[in-house]
Amino acid sequence: MDKVIVAEGVSLGYNNYEMIINEATFSIDNGSFVFITGASGSGKSTLLKSFFGALKPKKGSLIVGGVELNSVSSSKLNLLRKHLGIVFQDYKLVNEWNIEKNIALPLLINGYEKSVIEKQVESLLKHVRLKHQSGKFPLELSGGEQQRVAMARALAHNPIMILADEPTGNLDDYSSQLIWNLLEGANEQLETTVVVVTHRIPQTLKVDYKHFHIEKGSIYEVN
Amino acid sequence: MRSIKNHLSLILALISILFAMQTYIVTKRSIDAYKQNLSSNYAIVVVSNRTLDINKLKQTDKIIKDIQQINVDKSIKKIDSTLDEKNIEFLKLTLPKFYKVILKKYPLPSEIEKLKKKLFENKSVTKIEDFKSSYEQTYKLLLLFYDVVSVFSFLIVVITVLLILKELRIWQFSHKERMNIMGLFGAPRWLSSAVLFRLAIVDAVLSSLLVYFSFLYIQGADFIKEQFESIGISVTLVSGFEDFGVMLGVALSISLALAVLIVITHKEEV
Repeated sequence: MDKVIVAEGVSLGYNNYEMIINEATFSIDNGSFVFITGASGSGKSTLLKSFFGALKPKKGSLIVGGVELNSVSSSKLNLLRKHLGIVFQDYKLVNEWNIEKNIALPLLINGYEKSVIEKQVESLLKHVRLKHQSGKFPLELSGGEQQRVAMARALAHNPIMILADEPTGNLDDYSSQLIWNLLEGANEQLETTVVVVTHRIPQTLKVDYKHFHIEKGSIYEVN
Repeated sequence: MRSIKNHLSLILALISILFAMQTYIVTKRSIDAYKQNLSSNYAIVVVSNRTLDINKLKQTDKIIKDIQQINVDKSIKKIDSTLDEKNIEFLKLTLPKFYKVILKKYPLPSEIEKLKKKLFENKSVTKIEDFKSSYEQTYKLLLLFYDVVSVFSFLIVVITVLLILKELRIWQFSHKERMNIMGLFGAPRWLSSAVLFRLAIVDAVLSSLLVYFSFLYIQGADFIKEQFESIGISVTLVSGFEDFGVMLGVALSISLALAVLIVITHKEEV
């Protein structure tokens, strides 16, 4: 099985003196479902940020989707990001855009035709059960609904990998379950690699998954 | 509402800069027109005890446009109509020669002095009347007015630029979020900042149009026409495409520079 992420001796930190992740070596298979857990402040989100190039390794080698992120050019990084779907705990929706435009964002960036975009957005709105909220702006929706919009945006362009940072952290049970179902569906039906950073792995999950745990700057696989 | 606010803040700043700029241009045009008016009505009178070579006299200084000999016949007739022909001829011969020196532009006081000095080099010239006192006061007043408007316009531009720089921080904050999010999904810098540039261009065009049409309206107003007519000049407040082009150029330069500055200083934050 191909590797979508390969990390060898990766150290991550926000300055040169204090490392949050120390010389981590691991890999993630293409099409797998992966959980990264750890206590608050352990470096889970920091590690996830490095997967989409928001943080470059201080040491070691990190390859994501075949792109070496240590010394990646901005154009190559943009190309990689075009094939990723990212979900944040704080949603990161553009508040001055309606939900349709937010969902369409990756499709617009990838240069899809207008008719394709409209069709895909409509289908995704149904998928995340927000058709009735069509035309509204993010701040007019509840937290759970906003996260469903963010989820639809992450799925819109059929990415090779979805990176989700605490996607259900602030959500009610209904929205949480919907998010997990969508992530499972993407993994099972589209063979999209899913990497989720979370405090707690949901018990209802049906897919086989890999589990990494971070503790004191070290990352290890939990069997 | 937020979008309108975003537009208004830059449009108002650009309008004040364009208004200050156009006011300065109009003042300069008015002063030039008035100077032209003064120069066409202004002449120096040279008195000579014998006939002068006009062509040679013209070469005295580059500022001289034309020299005409003043016909004294009418004046003599006015003095006394009882004089007989013989006496009139005698009077004509004994009278000094008068020359009207027309200048290319309205001269500075120093230029008048320089010209008088050069004219006096001709030994035949006995007197030069420059009518300096009556004209100089008006001219100095005009220069003072010009200086005041220049300083005032400059101050408005400086204050507005400072306001724009403050606005820059607000813009940075309001556009940062969208640019960050677009960047996270792989949007190149030009695409994530496209909205910003569109806003800059639209605001520049709108503010130029507003200022242009305001001056066009003022130009057509009767009270403005009367004001200019009362001082005997005709001034174009806004000329067709030329002035609009300058306004648009200035507004675009400022707003695009602002947008470029925001894009350059933008750093991804996740």
